[in-house]
Amino acid sequence: MTPPTAAAVDHGTVTVSAPAHAPKGGIGHFLSTYVFSKDHKVIGLQFLFSTLVWFLIGGLLALAVRWQIAWPWSDVPVLGKLFAQEGGQMAPEFYTMLFTMHASVMIFLVIIPILAGAFGNYLIPLMIGADDMAFPTLNMLSYWFMWPAFILFGASFFVEGGAASGGWTSYPPLSTNVASSPSGGWGQTLWLLGLTMVGVSSMLGSVNYMTTIILMRAPGMTMFRLPMTIWGMFITAVLQAFALPVLTAAGFMQLADRMLGTGFFSPEGLVVNNAVPGAGGGQPLLWQHLFWFYSHPAVYIMILPAMGMVSDILTTFARKPLFGYRPMVYSVAGIAGLGFIVWGHHMFMSGMNPALGITFMVSTMMIALPSAVKTFNWLGTIWGGRIQFTTSMLFALAFVSMFIIGGLSGIFMAATPVDIFIHDTYFIVAHFHYVLFAGTAMGVWAAIYFWFPKMFGRTMNEFWGKVHFFLTFIFMNGTFFTMHILGAVGFPRRLADAYHYETFHHLQPLNAFMTWCAIGMVASQIIFAANFFWSMFYGPVAGRNPWNANTLEWTAPSPPGHGNFDFQPVVYRGPYEYSVPGCEKDHLMQTDPPNAAAAAAALASH
Amino acid sequence: MRNRLSGIFWGLLFLAVPVLGVATFAIAPAFDHWLPKDVSTHGAQIDALFYFILALTGVVFVATEVALFWFIWKYDAATTDRPATYIHGSHTLEVVWTIIPAATLLFLAIYQMNAWADVKMRRPDMSPTVEVVARQFEWRLRYPGRDGELGTQDDLHLTNDLHLPIDEDVLVQLKSMDVLHSFFLPNVRIKQDAVPGMKIPVWFKAREAGEFDIVCAELCGWGHYKMKGRVTFEPRARFEAWLERKYAEQQATQPPPDAGDSLAAN
Repeated sequence: MTPPTAAAVDHGTVTVSAPAHAPKGGIGHFLSTYVFSKDHKVIGLQFLFSTLVWFLIGGLLALAVRWQIAWPWSDVPVLGKLFAQEGGQMAPEFYTMLFTMHASVMIFLVIIPILAGAFGNYLIPLMIGADDMAFPTLNMLSYWFMWPAFILFGASFFVEGGAASGGWTSYPPLSTNVASSPSGGWGQTLWLLGLTMVGVSSMLGSVNYMTTIILMRAPGMTMFRLPMTIWGMFITAVLQAFALPVLTAAGFMQLADRMLGTGFFSPEGLVVNNAVPGAGGGQPLLWQHLFWFYSHPAVYIMILPAMGMVSDILTTFARKPLFGYRPMVYSVAGIAGLGFIVWGHHMFMSGMNPALGITFMVSTMMIALPSAVKTFNWLGTIWGGRIQFTTSMLFALAFVSMFIIGGLSGIFMAATPVDIFIHDTYFIVAHFHYVLFAGTAMGVWAAIYFWFPKMFGRTMNEFWGKVHFFLTFIFMNGTFFTMHILGAVGFPRRLADAYHYETFHHLQPLNAFMTWCAIGMVASQIIFAANFFWSMFYGPVAGRNPWNANTLEWTAPSPPGHGNFDFQPVVYRGPYEYSVPGCEKDHLMQTDPPNAAAAAAALASH
Repeated sequence: MRNRLSGIFWGLLFLAVPVLGVATFAIAPAFDHWLPKDVSTHGAQIDALFYFILALTGVVFVATEVALFWFIWKYDAATTDRPATYIHGSHTLEVVWTIIPAATLLFLAIYQMNAWADVKMRRPDMSPTVEVVARQFEWRLRYPGRDGELGTQDDLHLTNDLHLPIDEDVLVQLKSMDVLHSFFLPNVRIKQDAVPGMKIPVWFKAREAGEFDIVCAELCGWGHYKMKGRVTFEPRARFEAWLERKYAEQQATQPPPDAGDSLAAN
C-alpha cells in the first residue's frame, strides 16, 4: 500500500469527528443553514433544485420550438395564450428567440451548473474524504452568482422585443447591431450580462474544486485512487479555469460593441437594416474564434463529469473493477488537452482560411480517439460482471449506448468535405443532442437515482424509475435519431418554416412524428418529478451504503451531517475493488483496513 | 424468475438500438428522405465520402451496440452463477483499441484532404461569373455587364433568381451587406458563409440543367427562414440569351443603379 501523502495527512487531523450543527436560533439560523449556507451539500442541493427548474423551462421552450417545426404557423395550444401573438400562432422572431433561449438555458443554466455545481459540490468533499470545500464562502458565492443570471435570463423574456434571438452562439453582426433584429436591444444585452454571471459562478466553483481536490484528500487518497467522478470534475475545473476568461473578455467586447459604439466585431461600411452602426474596423470571425475557444472546451465541461459518474455507476452495478482505470484517466486528460485545439471545426464554413480548416480537421479526428478508448473500457467493465438492473444502471448503460451514436456522428462533421453539406443542418442538431441529452442527461439521471439516497437518506422508487427510464429512452430516440435523416436531406436548423423549399417540402410528416415523441419525452418527466418528491419524504430509508459501493461517500451517514464524516476516513485502496477473490463480501470499500480480521471488525461497526 | 425477465426485457431494449438504427437508415432513402439529387461535378466525391464514413461508423455502431447487448444479456446477475471476473484491464487490449482507431482516423483525415482542397482551395483562375451579395433577407446578384467586368456602371442587378451555365467552372464572389448568411446549394453540395467585410470565392461546375433551391444556412434574423433563392443551371447558349433578356429589361425599366447602392455592395 502506498503511504498517504503528506498534505492529506496534515489535513486529516483537522477533520471534525461528529456532525456539528450551528446552534439553533430563529430566522438567522434558517438563513445560514438553508439559504446562505456554506455547507457544500446544501449548496449542491441548491444547484440541483435550481437547475432542475430551469431544465423544465428549457424543455418547454424546446416543445414550443418543435411545435413550430412540425406545424408551422398553426395555433400553439395552451402556451399560445401566454405569449399573446395574434390568434395564438407564433411570429418568426418569436421562434428565433425560442431556440436561442432553449439552447442558452439548457447549456448555461442546466447542464454546466448541474454537473459542476450540483454534483461537483455535493460529491467532491464526500468522495475524497474532506469535511467541506477549501473555500466555503467562495462556494456559497458561486451559487449566489447564478441568481443574477437566473434573473437576467428570466427578465429578458419580458423586455421590449423579447429575449435574445441571435442564436446561443450570438454571432455578430446580428448580435451586436441593435437594428438587425427585433430583440436586438435589451434582450441581447441581458443575455450577455447573464452569461458573464454564469461565468463568474463557474470560475469561483472551478478554483474551489481544483484546490479542494489537490489539497484536501483524506489520508491515503492518492490521485490515482480517486474515483472517475472526481477525475471528471477535476479536469472540468481545469478546463473552466483556462477557457472561461476568453469568453468573459469576448462577452465584454460584444457589450462594448453594443453599448459603447466600438467595432471589435463589425467591419467598416456595414449597413444593417438601413442603419449604419458604430465605428467598424473589426472582424465578425474574431468573435467566432473567441467564442469557440471557450465553447468547444465547454462541450467537454458538459460531458466529462457525466462520463466520470457513469464509470462509477457501471462498476458498482456490474460488481467489477473499472476496466483500464489509468487509460480512462489519461483519456479524460487527452480529451481536455485536445479540446483546446479543435475549436476551429465549428468554423469550417465560416470563411476562415480553408488551409487552417485542415489543421482543425486533423485534431478533431484525433479527439475521437480518447472517446473511443473510453467506450471500449466501459464495455470491458460490464463484460464478465454480474449486472444488477437498477434504474441508475439502466441510465448509465443508456449513456454508453447513446454516447456511441453521438461520438460516431461527430466523425461526419469532422470530415470537412462532408461538413460542407451537413454543416448547420439537422445532422449537427442530432449529434449534439445525442451527446448532451442522450449522453449527459442520461448520466445526470443515473447520478440522481444513484446518489439520491445519500442526499436525502431515502431511495427513489425503482418501479417508477424504470418506467421513467423506458419512456424517456424510447421517446428520446424517436425525437433525435430521426434528426440524422433530416440532416442527410440537408434540412437546415433554425428555420421557422422550411417547407416552402422544394428540397424540404416533403419532410413535414417526419417532423410531426418527432414532435409527438418530444411531447412524450417531456410528459414522461412528470413521472420523474413525482417519484423525486414522493421519495424524498416517503421513500424507503436507505442506510449508509444501499448499493454496496466502495467509495468514501458511502461510509458517511445518509444524509451526512455538517462536516460529513463521523470518523476520520483513511484510504487503503482504489475505488473499484469489487468481487475480490477470497474476500467474503463482493466489495472492499476504500476505507476497509487491509487485513481480514480488521475488515470484519469494521463491518461489524458499520 | 421475475428478475430474469427483467434482464431479457432490458437486453432486448438495448438490442433495439442497433436494429432500429440500421433500419431507419435503410428505409429512409426509399421514402426520398435522403441526400438530395447532386448535379455538381465535385459532389460525387463528397457523397462517396459520406457513404464511406456511414459504412465505417455503421460497422463500429453495430459491433459496439451488439457487444453492449450481449454483455447485458449474458452477465445478468439473475442468471449467471459465476462471480464477476476480477480484472483491472488489459494492456494488450488497450494498445489494440488505441492503435486501430488511431490508424483509421488518421487514414480518414488524410484521405479526405483532396476533396476539401478541390472544393475550397483549388480556385480556378478566372474572373467572377457573378457576385452574390447576401442581405436580410434576400440574395442580391450582380452579373458583369457588356464590358465583362464587375463593379462598373453597366452591371446587371437581380435578386434571388440566379442563372448559371452548365459544364463549365463558375466562380461566385460571395459577400454580405449586413450580417452573416450562408450560401447553401443542397443540390450542388456547396455551402459557404457570407461574411460582411470579406469577399469569399465559391466555385463549382454543374453537370446537369435544372432549377434548384438556394438556402440561407446561417441564422440572419427573424426572416432567416424565407431567405430563399433559386438557381437555374442551363446550357451556355440559353444562359447567355437569358442574360441578354434580363439586361434589356433592366435598361428599359430602370436607370442605372445609383452611387449609394453600388457603394453599399462594395
